[in-house]
Parts: sequence; structure tokens; C-alpha cells
Amino acid sequence: MTAADLNTGTGGLKIRGLHKHYGTFTAVDGIDLDVPEGSFFALLGPSGCGKTTTLRMVAGLEEPTAGEIMIGGKDISRQRPYQRPVNTVFQSYALFPHMTIFENVAFGLRRRKVDGVDAKVKEMLDLVEMGHLAHRKPTQLSGGQQQRIAVVRALVNKPKVLLLDEPLGALDLKLRRQMQLELKRIQTEVGITFIHVTHDQEEAMTMADTIAVLNKGKVEQMGAPVDLYENPRTAFVAGFLGQTNLLTAKVVGTSGDVLTTDFHGIKITMPVSRMAATTQEVEVGVRPEKIHIAELGEAPVGRNVVDGVIIDASFIGVSTQYVIRTLADAEEEITVFTQNSSTSLRRVGETVSAYWHPDHTFGLHEGAWQEAEAAEVAS
Amino acid sequence: MTAVKESDPYAPTEFRPKKVGFGRWVREHLVTFFGILGLLYLFAPIFVVIVFSFNKPKGLFNYTFTEFSFDAWTGVCDVPGMCDSLWLSIRIAFFSTLAATILGTIAAFALVRHKFRGRGFANILIFVPMATPEVVVGSSLLVLFVNMGVPLGQLTIWIAHTMFCLSFVIVTVKARLVGLDPRLEQAAQDLYANRVQTFFRITFPLIMPGVVAAAMLSFSLSFDDFIITNFNSGSEVTFPMFVWGTSKKALPPQINVIGTAMLLIALFVVIVGRAIGKRRAR
Ligand SMILES: Nc1ncnc2c1ncn2[C@@H]1O[C@H](COP(=O)(O)OP(=O)(O)OP(=O)(O)O)[C@@H](O)[C@H]1O
Ligand SMILES: [Mg+2]
Repeated sequence: MTAADLNTGTGGLKIRGLHKHYGTFTAVDGIDLDVPEGSFFALLGPSGCGKTTTLRMVAGLEEPTAGEIMIGGKDISRQRPYQRPVNTVFQSYALFPHMTIFENVAFGLRRRKVDGVDAKVKEMLDLVEMGHLAHRKPTQLSGGQQQRIAVVRALVNKPKVLLLDEPLGALDLKLRRQMQLELKRIQTEVGITFIHVTHDQEEAMTMADTIAVLNKGKVEQMGAPVDLYENPRTAFVAGFLGQTNLLTAKVVGTSGDVLTTDFHGIKITMPVSRMAATTQEVEVGVRPEKIHIAELGEAPVGRNVVDGVIIDASFIGVSTQYVIRTLADAEEEITVFTQNSSTSLRRVGETVSAYWHPDHTFGLHEGAWQEAEAAEVAS
Repeated sequence: MTAVKESDPYAPTEFRPKKVGFGRWVREHLVTFFGILGLLYLFAPIFVVIVFSFNKPKGLFNYTFTEFSFDAWTGVCDVPGMCDSLWLSIRIAFFSTLAATILGTIAAFALVRHKFRGRGFANILIFVPMATPEVVVGSSLLVLFVNMGVPLGQLTIWIAHTMFCLSFVIVTVKARLVGLDPRLEQAAQDLYANRVQTFFRITFPLIMPGVVAAAMLSFSLSFDDFIITNFNSGSEVTFPMFVWGTSKKALPPQINVIGTAMLLIALFVVIVGRAIGKRRAR
């Protein structure tokens, strides 16, 4: 097998039991991942959770302590970086400062002795509309332009898997939004598997088909952005992906698909499949934008209803955020986001009924609120 | 004076009547003045070397300027033995530069890239040869050579010069290597360059300025070394030794010609180097 035909053929990425220890410190603690071919996959997690380490092991720049990394069913974990059908976009771009943009992009093709280097490089530069800058040196480009070149330099090799390590981290917010769309467009256009590392949950949710949330070297949960957001299986995921309300409750029983919990005498129900805990003491969660507010006692039937007093209301233009203290337990507070589609704003001090659909409820283990709060801070 | 005030955006806002006169002029030009003074201090001896290379001294010593002439330039090798010693010095400088640069670059890599027990200590040891007085180095080397039975001559001069150039090369190249982002090399490997290709296409071009600087430093250190050479040369005579030896009997203007020529070559190398550096940075 020659280097040239490394990058042909198909195959997604499969990782099994990946570990990395630095002395006694465990940076990556048994990661399993399945990345289908052609998907846009995001590795999301707070700083220091092992995202870069995982990516570097896939690229071959770090040796795993244990585990398998497979592309297209072939174990590549013992191959040298230059033997792997994988290319990386580094966080700092790592463009070669002594070469022109053209030579930077042509570097991988020349090493593999591919034919038609000029045409391929030009085509790639045109893909990001930077053909006119081919003769420049990297220092003569703006941050956003350097970022595009870093992507293109890797992509021109048509790797089976493209690894991107926080490629947008150094850009300002506006440019970042723009580049997110552009990266997504490029990925759709070339159809190569992208593995995108980020600690920005919004970025991961807007770009990725599948997200794996990492925490302390472990995969917390993996799934489509909507699933992770709507049905978090761990407190960390609940807190890391947006705001969440958690109430301490007791499981009282299940009938069919419906699980019933008790919150100080109030019945809160949810689909059985959305309960992640197996204990009796649990926490029930619901996202703030899923909750509606009605006059006291006027909530529709078939909903989960909790009565409380509005203790804070902040108007944010498109929406209003209310904080409601529950009547049943003065320690518990519920945050509600309402769209300002009606003009009647609630006042602080009003006693109301907060209600939501049982299908929007999810269940976590006891004490989850502390972890969720910590994750929210970390996000 | 108002024009000056307007053109200076950082002038103090409070009004101060400006004194027109010599004192004010001096104050305004103090930095330039000291700058020129410093340059004069540096270049006066060099200026003398150049001027006296065009002298045609009466007698053996080129001490007083008597007559302008190109005689010394046209007949550089007329002084017996001088061009031989010059050629020897150039040869030795070339080969010790070569050896010290190659060895020193490799050593710098070892010290920066490889973690081994005692690396910190090795980094300190590098400075010891530089800090040791040359007389001590020269005499110790002599003792070593005599005890090992190595005959003194070109070989021992070469060994000695390579030795004292080595530290300077290591320090210079190391500084460059430390500043080299390892991710550039990783990126090259990620882009299908094997280790050899990575070295020659990425690492070496990027540390090249350091290596060139180290080589130039080595050459000039070796070329004008007198003390250590004097201990270990046996019957060989390098250019600095020739100048020293002949200065008791005579001081021909040809020595100034060599000095001026070296100066011009050095200047040329530096200017070309800067031009290349600018081109590369573009
Ligand atoms: N060479 C190393 N030696 C020791 N510890 C390391 C090394 N490299 C990484 N670590 C540790 O491993 C952990 C994971 O590091 P990693 O770089 O993968 O984090 P990350 O998820 O990419 O974080 P960030 O978002 O800040 O980039 C960190 O706690 C880090 O301190
Ligand atoms: Mg990282």
C-alpha cells in the first residue's frame, strides 16, 4: 500500500477504550466513539477535559496508553502520523511561516507525490475565495484568512477524517459565527468526516450532526444536539448545554410508559425513557423555555403543574425571564423564559401556576443540581 | 519657534516661554550627540586601520602617515610568511567552524528536544568553557595534548578552536530552537512528511538564521584567536601569531590591508544576510 492510496476508500472513525495517562494523571479515561462516515461530529467539553489529547491520539501525535483507533475497520493506532489518512487543523493554525500560502497548501500533496498539485491547490484556494493571496506569507494574512488556509491545507489531501482543534477559538465573535457557517458549507460540499473540538456549546449545537460531551476524560453522553438538549442523561450535560431547572422529588411508581414522581405532594410525570436515575430519590428537570405561566389554578389538565410566587421578572426584549419560588418548598426556584408574544407581563409578587408538558420532563439522579450548576459555570 | 511647537503633539500643555539659543539646541540634540560619540568611539580604531592601509611608511613601522599609496594593496603578499599564515588561519577557521557548527547544532537539539537525567546540569556546563579564562583553557589543553602524545600542529589548533567555538554554537542554536513551535513540525508530520523530510523542510529552514549566526561567530572567534592558539600551535604560525611576532621587528601596512579586507567581507556578509532575511520575511 503506497501513501497515495491511503486516502481513498471509505470508512468512519471508531474508538474503543481509549486511555491516556500522564504519570498518575488520567487525561483520557476510556473513551468509546463511533463517528459515521461523512458526518460532522463535535467533541464538546470544558477546558482540560481531554479533547485535544483525544484528537492528538487520533492524529498520531500522542501515543495512547491503551485503546484502539480504527478508520474504515483498520486499526491505525500504531501508525506514524504521516501514515494515517487523517489531517489536522491546529488551534494555532501552525502555518509554515517560511513558505507562501500556495506552498503551505501544496505541502501535503507534494509529500505524497500526487499529480496535478497546482490545479488541486488552486481549486482549494478558490473554495475559500483566497486564490489571489496564494503568493503571500502567512504573517501577511488576517486571523480569519489564516484560519481558512489552515482548513484548506488539511482538506486538500482529502483525508478520511479531518480533525479540527478549536479552529475558531482565536477569532472574534462575529467572525466566528461567519466561519461556523462556512465550515459547515465546506463540510457539506466535500463530504469528509469532520471531528470538531470545541468548548462552545452553541458552536457545537449549530454545526454538528452528532455531539459527544466530554467531562474529565470520559464521554458523558453522545447524540444529536436536540437529543442532548432535550433529554440530557447526566447532570453535567444538563448544565453544560444551556440552563435547566431541577426539583428534588421521589419516584412513586410507573404505569406503562409513564413514570410518576412526587414533589411535596405534587405529581410530576414523565416518559419512563427520560428517567436516567434508578434510585427512588431523584431530581426532575425541565428547560426554562418549556414552561408556561397561567393564573393560579388555571393550568390545562394533563400537564405538570407547580404553583409559586414570582420573585423576579426581567424583560429582555424578545423574551422575559421569570424566577418563581414554589409554594411547596421555599428552597426551590423555577426559572421560566416566555416569548413576549402577548403584551401582558406578570408582576413580581403574583402567585401563579407554572406548567409544562410531561414529555419535556427529564429525570436525573439525586444531587444533580450541584453538578449541573458547576457545569453551567464551566460552559 | 511656533512651528516647532505646533508640530509636536506631545508638548507639555502648560505654557513655558521657550529660550532660543545654544543651550536649548544642545538639549534637543543630546541623544544624537551621544549617539555619534559612541559610534566615534567604536569606529575610530577601525578608521585608523583603513587609513593606514594606504600608507607608504618610511622605515619598518607603519606608525605615522607619510604618503598615500596603493602599494600595500597591490603587494599584499610581499611580506614574507604573512600570506601563508593568513591562509592557515582561514583554513583552520573554516574547518573548526564546520565541525563546531555541525556538532553544536546536534548538541543543541539534544539539549532542547530530549528529556534526560542531568539535562539542567548539562545546560549550565555549556557556559563553563565560555567563562573560563583563555589562558587557562590554552594551557590545560597543552597539558592534555602533551600527556596524550598528540603532536602539536594544525590538528591541535583545529581541535582547540572547535572546542571553544562549540559552546557559542550550542547557545546560539539553542535559543533559536527553543523559540521554534513544535506544532509546526507536528503539522508537517500530519501532512505526510516523514522525519527526514520534516527536518529538512521545516525544522532546518526555521533554525537556519541561528545556525548561520553561530557559524559566523565561530569563524571570527577562530580567526582571531591568539592566546589558546599560542599554547597549542607547535611550529605553526596563524595570522594573529604572525602579527604578534612581526610587530617586534616591523609593522608593514599589509597587515592593515588584511584588516580592512576582513572588515569589508564581514560587512558584505552582514548586508547580504539582512537582504536575504528581508526577502524571506516578505
Ligand atoms: N504532556 C502532558 N503532560 C501532563 N499532563 C498533560 C499533558 N498534556 C495534557 N495534559 C493534561 O491533560 C488534561 C487534558 O488536556 P487537553 O489538552 O486534552 O485538554 P482540552 O480538553 O483540550 O482543554 P482546552 O479546552 O483547554 O484545550 C489537562 O488536565 C492537561 O493538564
Ligand atoms: Mg485543547
